[in-house]
Amino acid sequence: MSEVKLGTYICRGCGIGDRLDTAALSVVAQKEGKAQLVREHDFLCSADGVATIRQSLEGGEVNQVVIAACSRRSKTEAFNFENVTVARANLREQVIWTQPDTPEARELTQEMAADYIRMACAEVKKMHVPAASANAGTNKRVLVVGGGVSGMTSALEAAKAGYEVLLVEKTGALGGWTAKLYKRIPFREPYADPVETPVHELIAAIGKEPRIKVFLNSTTTRTSGSPGQFSVDITAESGNTMTENVGAIVMASGFSLYDANKLPHLGYGKSPDVVDQAGLEALALKAAADGARIRRPSDGREVKNVVFVQCAGQRDASGEHLTYCSGYCCNASIKQAMYFKDANRDIDTNIIYTDLRTPGNGEDFYRSAQKKGVSFTKGRVKAVESAGGSLTVRFHDLILNDERATVTGVDLVVLATGQIPNSGMNIELKAEPEKADDGHGPSVEVPVPVPPKAASVLNLTYRQGPDLPQLKYGFTDSHFICFPYETRRSGIYATGPVRRPMDLVQAVEDATGAALKAIQAVENASLGRALHPRSGDLSFPSFRREGCTQCKRCTVECPFGAIDEDEQRYPVFNEGRCRRCGTCMGACPVRVISFENYSVDTVGAQIKAVDVPDEFSEKPRLLLLACENDAYPALDMAGMNRLQSSAFVRTIPVRCLGSVNTIWITDALNSGYDGVMLMGCKHGDDYQCHFVKGSELADYRMSKIDDTLKGLNLEPERVRTYEVAITDIARVPQLINDYAEKIKEIGMNPFKGF
Amino acid sequence: MTELNHKMVEQYRNDFLKEVEANVEEGDWVKMCMQCGVCSGSCPFGPDWEHPPQEIFMMIRAGKRDEVLRSESMWMCTSCYNCIVRCPRELPITHIMHGLANYAHRLGIAPKMNPTRRFAKIFWDNIAKNGRVNELDLSVKLYFMDGFKKGVKRAIEMSTVGLGMLKTGRLNPFGLVAHRGCKDKKGIQKMLKKARELEDRRRGLATRGA
Ligand code: SF4
Ligand code: SF4
Ligand code: SF4
Ligand code: SF4
Repeated sequence: MSEVKLGTYICRGCGIGDRLDTAALSVVAQKEGKAQLVREHDFLCSADGVATIRQSLEGGEVNQVVIAACSRRSKTEAFNFENVTVARANLREQVIWTQPDTPEARELTQEMAADYIRMACAEVKKMHVPAASANAGTNKRVLVVGGGVSGMTSALEAAKAGYEVLLVEKTGALGGWTAKLYKRIPFREPYADPVETPVHELIAAIGKEPRIKVFLNSTTTRTSGSPGQFSVDITAESGNTMTENVGAIVMASGFSLYDANKLPHLGYGKSPDVVDQAGLEALALKAAADGARIRRPSDGREVKNVVFVQCAGQRDASGEHLTYCSGYCCNASIKQAMYFKDANRDIDTNIIYTDLRTPGNGEDFYRSAQKKGVSFTKGRVKAVESAGGSLTVRFHDLILNDERATVTGVDLVVLATGQIPNSGMNIELKAEPEKADDGHGPSVEVPVPVPPKAASVLNLTYRQGPDLPQLKYGFTDSHFICFPYETRRSGIYATGPVRRPMDLVQAVEDATGAALKAIQAVENASLGRALHPRSGDLSFPSFRREGCTQCKRCTVECPFGAIDEDEQRYPVFNEGRCRRCGTCMGACPVRVISFENYSVDTVGAQIKAVDVPDEFSEKPRLLLLACENDAYPALDMAGMNRLQSSAFVRTIPVRCLGSVNTIWITDALNSGYDGVMLMGCKHGDDYQCHFVKGSELADYRMSKIDDTLKGLNLEPERVRTYEVAITDIARVPQLINDYAEKIKEIGMNPFKGF
Repeated sequence: MTELNHKMVEQYRNDFLKEVEANVEEGDWVKMCMQCGVCSGSCPFGPDWEHPPQEIFMMIRAGKRDEVLRSESMWMCTSCYNCIVRCPRELPITHIMHGLANYAHRLGIAPKMNPTRRFAKIFWDNIAKNGRVNELDLSVKLYFMDGFKKGVKRAIEMSTVGLGMLKTGRLNPFGLVAHRGCKDKKGIQKMLKKARELEDRRRGLATRGA
């Protein structure tokens, strides 16, 4: 950009004019902020106020804008100017609304406002207008991996919306598990009887859809690229490989049943009359084909007495088997019991359960089974024994507390074994970790994928491994509540039971959502814009090659596998995969990574712009780096609720705590701040971090900063990290005040004035 | 009496649930219980029952015929209707409890000395005879059911209540010798006999019993 012409616009509305001396603020903007133009307005977000700004922009008087008014989260429509950098000084939510409206408080409130003006002026000067990535991928085809109900649904939904789809199925036919079912659990009123599966309908619909191309007996043997420009090798059983380009990928690789061979105490493998739920479906299909009743596998006699064992190898507290509940199998057993009762009411059907979990309308289905005479027994099955041509089920009756309850003369036992995801290879299983030692701080352990037990599904060529990262129990990582479809690989969406255990109804809904996400991805990618969660963001990280020490830290720490390496071990940023979190920027020890509008300098300049009073003023300065996704909105809302907090704090929003570079902390402490607070999202298995690993990495880095503090002869309390959720509205001011108290206790930073 | 019991055991073999469904008032609701335990938790007598309603239902399904029918539990029910109001599956629990008690009694296997059973029997005989309760006769029989000494003691304990009833005309002091009964005693008795016959036929029970 040519000459910098900074315009600062100070609003007097919303009580700002009453509480602050705006004329004095104008002087600060002019003298210290070096603004060429300063305007005050009674109502800046009004049409007239906005027009004032537009006029000076159009007249060329100004090419950088500071708006000193409300929070950057307010009035975003009004203060939206193209091709110009804008910084906001939050005088409303976080200055006047957090301070008491008393004559005594005026001085400190005014000082706060002046600092925020200095900070915004300093920030905007370091910002540049981001230009869309030049490497935008414009392919809008969707690849769907897996031809079960989830995959077929995603394919059909994307096709219906006008997108071309490639549907890859490993076996010789579409349909997946559902094709192996005799009937499905009812999904609409009156929820009373098993109904036909949707498989034939879906297959027929796919056959009629010209936008869908089906690859049977095929797998994806290589996947590279990024949203809008993936390149995928589809290899047929014959070995024939075709390379196709797609814009987004839906991974619907489904589930496998937990292996019942691991449950010999329940008789599996010992008697052919003990089957899992899939085994029973096969028997039911065969019976239907023969026009006969369901027969015992051992001798072909009609089944007269069947026992269903719920949670077989599931919800196992010992951890030997699955510890989770698959959620669908209670209803599935009820459905299967009805196969018998609907054919012959005299067949004894007994479902032995510990908790019958039939969510939603499953409750009606359960009641219907009771009406049909299916027996339900609350108990824990201990053993299934086979003797004299029939089976005996031994269980602990939990209602009658009878440890030695039995059902004898049983013809068939069905085990409800539950789903395990087909998520390919676990890329985070570590073999001998590679050490990345760069001489800057602690060494990083670079995870090296172990040779897979499970074959890879996607065979990604990413530096970080060939499949999607997993969270718990091998299901692909996604945030259960906030962004369930997002995996940690941009433009690749997991759907169906590979994501979490689910039934057909849920899978269809899930797959429809995944199709929509894929469409969003190809559309955003074609415009060179970020996908979730900074959707629409045009900025992307770049690095200064000359400064880079090839330490690999960014590559390793990027939560989304966006960074590969070139032959010389320099990082290669795949903008399409990048979520713009800035974690790489926070990681880089030599600070060569930056965004046009967010960098080590934009934040560093703000930190330095704050006026730090001397040691004897009794006016400490606290720096608060707040995650813009949760902590910053919580702070704003605390202001809206007029919850007061210390006037000594200066808050800077960051994209993610992961983007916090430790240089900011040491700079702040070196220049006399008395303490630094970092507020980010919860991390761990039930993380709330929008960038999955950002807050965790920040926490890790801060745990290492203690040494630096010791080196400076500073107390470790000078830096504190907090987990804050967007709902912690009452808590954040409390945290600030408690911390201010703490700092008062330990005293001022001895570095002031140096 | 136990002849009938034998007959039922033969007829239903292992399937006590079926027996209950066919012979106990509202018995076909038993299978609908989902074992939530709300009834047992709601029952003011819950802690005093050996087998509270939820457990009784489970025992029926588990085929524990003797334990259920010989139990004192369902005789504890005071018809407060708490359980019916709260049962998420809308089982008529109170009625089933009385139905079970009644069935056990008919089979002759209800606990002989259970006070509720004895009171019910005295009450029924009293009212069925005359078509109207004879309070004095009922009280005397009730107080003296455990022998003369206990009877006198109970009568003295209850004397203020008795006097109150006398004053308000709720107790005929000459009831033992001159109870009027209702107008058509014979008609009432015939009606009750017919009703019993109809019910027994419906249930396939032999026409006899208590
Ligand atoms: S759905 Fe039912 S059978 Fe399946 S794990 Fe959960 S509780 Fe057990
Ligand atoms: S760390 Fe974040 S900003 Fe950096 S490349 Fe990865 S996704 Fe993009
Ligand atoms: S409240 Fe109803 S459903 Fe629950 S245990 Fe009692 S009878 Fe069964
Ligand atoms: S009606 Fe009978 S069983 Fe039900 S809560 Fe009252 S006393 Fe208990």
